[in-house]
Amino acid sequence: MELVVKGLTQAFGATTVLDRLDLTTGDIRALVLVGPSGGGKTTLLRILAGLDLPLEGSVSFAGVTVPRDEAGLLAYRRKVGTVFQAYNLFPHLSALDNLTLPLVHVHGLSPAAARKRVAEPLERFKLAEHAHKRPSQLSGGQKQRIAILRALASQPERLFLDEPTSALDPEMTAEVLEMISELKEIGTRFVLVTHEMGFARRVADEVAFVGGGKVVASGPAATMFKHCPEPRVREFFARILP
Amino acid sequence: MTRALAHTLVVAILAALLTVAFWRSGYEFQWEGVWAYRQKFVTGWLTTVAMSLASLVLSALVGLVTAVGLRSRWPLIEAAARVYVELIRGTPLLVQLLIGFYVVANAVGLENRYVVGALVLALFSGAYMAEIFRGGLAAIPAGQRDAARAIGLTPWQSLRLVILPQAIRLVLPAVAGQLVSLIKDSSLLSVIAVSELTLAAQEVNSFTYSTLESYLPLAAGYLLLTLPLSALSRWLERHFAYEAG
Ligand SMILES: Nc1ncnc2c1ncn2[C@@H]1O[C@H](COP(=O)(O)OP(=O)(O)O)[C@@H](O)[C@H]1O
Ligand SMILES: [Mg+2]
Repeated sequence: MELVVKGLTQAFGATTVLDRLDLTTGDIRALVLVGPSGGGKTTLLRILAGLDLPLEGSVSFAGVTVPRDEAGLLAYRRKVGTVFQAYNLFPHLSALDNLTLPLVHVHGLSPAAARKRVAEPLERFKLAEHAHKRPSQLSGGQKQRIAILRALASQPERLFLDEPTSALDPEMTAEVLEMISELKEIGTRFVLVTHEMGFARRVADEVAFVGGGKVVASGPAATMFKHCPEPRVREFFARILP
Repeated sequence: MTRALAHTLVVAILAALLTVAFWRSGYEFQWEGVWAYRQKFVTGWLTTVAMSLASLVLSALVGLVTAVGLRSRWPLIEAAARVYVELIRGTPLLVQLLIGFYVVANAVGLENRYVVGALVLALFSGAYMAEIFRGGLAAIPAGQRDAARAIGLTPWQSLRLVILPQAIRLVLPAVAGQLVSLIKDSSLLSVIAVSELTLAAQEVNSFTYSTLESYLPLAAGYLLLTLPLSALSRWLERHFAYEAG
């Protein structure tokens, strides 16, 4: 996925949150966004995922521009998957029904075909025994892994994950990160926002540092973590990495 | 002390006080006259039940549409919904019934007083339902809408499959409470001569001149409906509070 972002600007009222942000990546599988809180990572990710429209600027993946009209955005969202920090599972549905809902109501599968489609991933990620529970009966880590499967159920072109482990304790964080590593291995493409720097280093093909509404620096993970020319980025990593 | 015991005790004390009050007033009960008209009470009671249920169903629809209108992005729709809610909630049902029956229904040639009564009652209750539903919709976290959009649901699908099923659970106790109000408010239908329970009691009173004997069964008739509903409302509240936790 070659990502090209040009002149992206977003504001809420009088506050400019993204300020003519530019970002270009190579044809990579995993892009990780890092940076200080309030720097604009979530705002950027929501635009990439087709959830919000920017005031100005454009986004394209592999040469295909993200649409700006409501119908085009709906079609776009059906081809990608999004995972939220707070899981946002549907609390009135079982884990299984959370997974099959988009397949049945968006992608036209019969309920039986939808259940069949999700059975294998549920097995693989050891969630099958929890499939009939409501979200309120699941642990945080289980909830987030179900949320990831929900985003993946329709076999999207890529995933967007916004701090998927920020609400989890270390043990559950590990189980979710392990799942994301596994997805990378089987070829899933994704853009991930995270504060787990060790994990970012392992999983990222490229890293973009977002701060003050701009991409301060971006490039291959090794370069970014070890010897980034930007002092702001070096200071950030120095503070955060052991 | 258990809750049931406490309830029984309070009811017993109340009954004792009432008995003493009646006894001291020197009122002499004469039930024979009223008993002769018992069929009137039964039909009146059934009419009250039917009118309340019809109005409840209609008002739920009106309330739902209005609640969506209150949250609309389009100012004109939001304004229309808001004006309706405030006009209805700011004026007495009595006035609405009289205007609805003698002016509006007359103008459009609607003559059936039962239909007009149910419609006016539904519009009246719909304004309260709208506020209940609006609260329910507002209580659904923004993340639910985000998730619905992210998986590719249309706005209508998001409302139908994600938002409403959650909002309806939240508002059920309040809706049951609204039905209690609706049943009592339906007593005003007597002013446009709908033969419901209150009108039945008024008529029996005018035939028999036994005021208390006519109106005590009226109170009992309403309690018979409202007490179980109140209990249901409280049960729903506890039941869904437990499930959310
Ligand atoms: N819906 C919104 N309304 C107003 N301000 C917002 C909104 N969303 C984000 N912001 C502001 O935009 C800035 C960037 O936020 P965000 O993109 O969430 O940063 P990050 O994810 O990097 O922590 C913050 O100052 C935040 O307060
Ligand atoms: Mg964020």
